[in-house]
Amino acid sequence: MTDLSEGRDEYEGRDEHDIAPGVTQAAEYNIREGIQTYAIGLVLAVILTGASFYVVSTPLIWGPAIPTALIVLAIAQMGVHLVFFLHITTDPDNTNNTLALAFGVLIVVLILGGTLWIMGNLNDRTMLPGEMMQMQR
Amino acid sequence: MTAVDAFTPLRPDTDPYRLGHGHEAAGLHAHDASGHGEGGPASKRVIVGYGFWIFLLSDIILFSAFFAAYAVLWTATDGGPTGRDLFDPTSVAVETACLLLSSFTCGMSAVATGARSQLWTQVFLVATGLLGAAFLAFEAKDFAGMVAQGAAPQRSAFLSSFFAVVGCHGIHVTTGLLWLGTMMAQVWVKGFRPNILRRLLCFNLFWHVLDIIWIALFTIVYLIGMGR
Repeated sequence: MTDLSEGRDEYEGRDEHDIAPGVTQAAEYNIREGIQTYAIGLVLAVILTGASFYVVSTPLIWGPAIPTALIVLAIAQMGVHLVFFLHITTDPDNTNNTLALAFGVLIVVLILGGTLWIMGNLNDRTMLPGEMMQMQR
Repeated sequence: MTAVDAFTPLRPDTDPYRLGHGHEAAGLHAHDASGHGEGGPASKRVIVGYGFWIFLLSDIILFSAFFAAYAVLWTATDGGPTGRDLFDPTSVAVETACLLLSSFTCGMSAVATGARSQLWTQVFLVATGLLGAAFLAFEAKDFAGMVAQGAAPQRSAFLSSFFAVVGCHGIHVTTGLLWLGTMMAQVWVKGFRPNILRRLLCFNLFWHVLDIIWIALFTIVYLIGMGR
């Protein structure tokens, strides 16, 4: 009994209340369910990618709204990849992985948001020599 | 020890000073590890997977710095070509399709590994590698075309940051292909041993994360860049 459970833990990547990222409850034992998970992920990803490319090419969408639409679609697709390809879920045994991801996202938001904020602000406040000449005139 | 009185020592598994020292030390079943500090450390595969996940998150943070640089500099074209002049939507779409499909075949190889099928694991890893190589070929063609038009990294701050962020992803894919080749050889020669399975898990995580970074790339760099 002990030997069996040891071998299985080693292979499945999960202990009783903990799981390695990229490992699902079912996907790796059950071939049909495994393929199903990845196939659902692929279909959703294709739909979202297609939508992104369509948003850029269609004249139906108001120009200034396009970047926002694209970013929303991209975040949705990242979510699909995380859940269906990387198997990061909200299960209790996934807490460690999700918290690490949440911390990573926090740092990414700080770097991107902070950079854009500070550089945008500096841009607004910095006057180029050409602009200064125009003001003096 | 059926009778409980004041002089009965604490049972090892309820003694707070023994928490985290493992049930083995407490004389209980040795494989109840929860990974939450009770019952000793988690199994090696959980630890390896988690550690690699932390590395990948740090890699994502590295990319976020490149993205921040691009977002600040993408309008700084110095009168040179803009994204609208340079980017080819068809090429970007083909690259996206290659990488997304390779992510799927990589997942299929994980299912095949789960079923312990040497043949299908190798087939899907080859498919993953070919799609990755196709992606790189298209990207190299794009880069060569841009440089031929005079849009080399030194032309403007926009192009410097463009080649930095897209090139960094390209280098990651190249490294991933080398890793893929060595993994195929290891699976072939050594079979599905626990250490090989852990390496395959890490490779899978790496490849899927590269695809997630590509989502940000084709959205922020290419699609938004083409819009203006």
